[in-house]
Amino acid sequence: MNRAIFIAPVFAWLLAAIAMPFALILAISFGEATQGAPPFDWGFSLASYRLLLSDDLYLGALANAARIAGTSTLICLLVGYPMALAIVRARPQHRALLLFLVMLPFWTSFLIRVYAWMGLLRPTGLVNAALAEFGLVDAPLQLIANEFAVHLGIVYAYLPFMVLPLYATLEKLDARLLEAAYDLGAEPRRAFWRVTFPLSLPGVAAGALLVFIPASGEFVIPDLLGGPDSPMIGRVLWFEFFQNRDWPMACALATALAALLAVPLLLFDRLRSATT
Amino acid sequence: MMRRPTSATLPTVLAAGFAFLYLPIVIMAAFSFNESRLVTVWGGFSTKWYGELFGNVRMLESAGLSFAVATVSATLAAGIGTLAGYVLGRLGRFPGRALFALLLLAPMVLPEVILGLAMLMAFATLDSLIGWPAERGFLAIAFAHACYGTAFVAVIVEARLRGIDPALEEAARDLGAKPWRAFARVTLPLLAPAVAAGWLLAFTLSLDDLVVASFVSGPGATTLPMLVYSSVRLGLSPQINALATVMVVCIACVAWAASRIGTTRAKL
Repeated sequence: MNRAIFIAPVFAWLLAAIAMPFALILAISFGEATQGAPPFDWGFSLASYRLLLSDDLYLGALANAARIAGTSTLICLLVGYPMALAIVRARPQHRALLLFLVMLPFWTSFLIRVYAWMGLLRPTGLVNAALAEFGLVDAPLQLIANEFAVHLGIVYAYLPFMVLPLYATLEKLDARLLEAAYDLGAEPRRAFWRVTFPLSLPGVAAGALLVFIPASGEFVIPDLLGGPDSPMIGRVLWFEFFQNRDWPMACALATALAALLAVPLLLFDRLRSATT
Repeated sequence: MMRRPTSATLPTVLAAGFAFLYLPIVIMAAFSFNESRLVTVWGGFSTKWYGELFGNVRMLESAGLSFAVATVSATLAAGIGTLAGYVLGRLGRFPGRALFALLLLAPMVLPEVILGLAMLMAFATLDSLIGWPAERGFLAIAFAHACYGTAFVAVIVEARLRGIDPALEEAARDLGAKPWRAFARVTLPLLAPAVAAGWLLAFTLSLDDLVVASFVSGPGATTLPMLVYSSVRLGLSPQINALATVMVVCIACVAWAASRIGTTRAKL
């Protein structure tokens, strides 16, 4: 077969450009930090992993990332599901436009969307100004540099990732099933929970994964909207690398994060191969 | 006839969702026309921040670098991604296919901090082995972005291939065309809209990337997001609002064009 002329060059590229860098992360995580350039020595030392497991900062940052990404994913689901359902049930001629409106923020600069919230949430920002105008608060609320702002930022930035896979699943759903439920006397609420929702679970899983994974390693949002109270792993890794210049530690953190993320990814893969 | 539950709840939630997605951007754009330096108090209409923006040499230099990086990396990603999507979508099972797919899609699913760190480790190791790239600048960033963009192009191309009849390429092969020629003359033209959409996506992702570029780039190269990030950390500035507005308008036009390419050709 002549398939090799297509497969070989791409495979070679993937091994060199993807597999090799990831293997280096693993290798350097066992190295030792030095003052040289590059600032590490090759070797087999478990020092970085020992520190990772003994220092509350790192384990705490991993736990914070999982918790904040988890709650944000749940909020995305609660907001995104009705949005996806509304688009599926909209008139066919409106659907393309509605989908475009969901996708447009995804194309728009991530940094700028986070920046937009910085202006709104500051003590002198528009949200506080509006609250004061209506006499709802006496003193400005602390809306930024805390976990609330990080959750808000993640939901805002990743909502399209939840809506799109949900839409894709809901759109393919056989309308006759729902019709049968109605014909058999099911109330809309009951028909939804017994027919629509269970059949949309693959979309829920895909959307949850697409939000949870990037959110758990997020750097920009906790850095610009978050405070010092609950550091997330992406930001800790960033500072370990740029401020402390401890490459082996940064690599160990990356390895730990990738290992943790492998769990939901493998579960999803199982689920998908089980359903198709 | 399907009976739909007639309820105003869903459209209301949808409208609220869109308000949530768009109001912050609209407000930010509105304040780019603010006379006052205070980004949150209205001081009258002005376009002076746009004047300052287009007179800001560092900003223009960074924008130039970002556009060049995005063009090169998107082109590289479109080339490799198209081949990769073709391999996954058409060539069936082959030894190592699972590893192939894993490596291809890993940059898309893993957090950017991991990808950025991995790319830098590769460049640093290469540098200590063969002395290249000593100055990590334009090429290093473009290469790193290409690794990221390839995954997205491949996914789009593979999805498009599912809608193209494999018999067309088989016919070309039956008529004596070599596999490479059959691909280039039959499949590739049919894939063109997907490749174009993938190129545009890779281009915007590169233009937008802060994290990977920050890890990879040396002291000499500052992309536009890196410059925006460092000035945003110092505080809000109406000039950034103006820049953001320009970018949002440009990107909206590109995204609209991309979605037109996708839909008009899909109808054929």
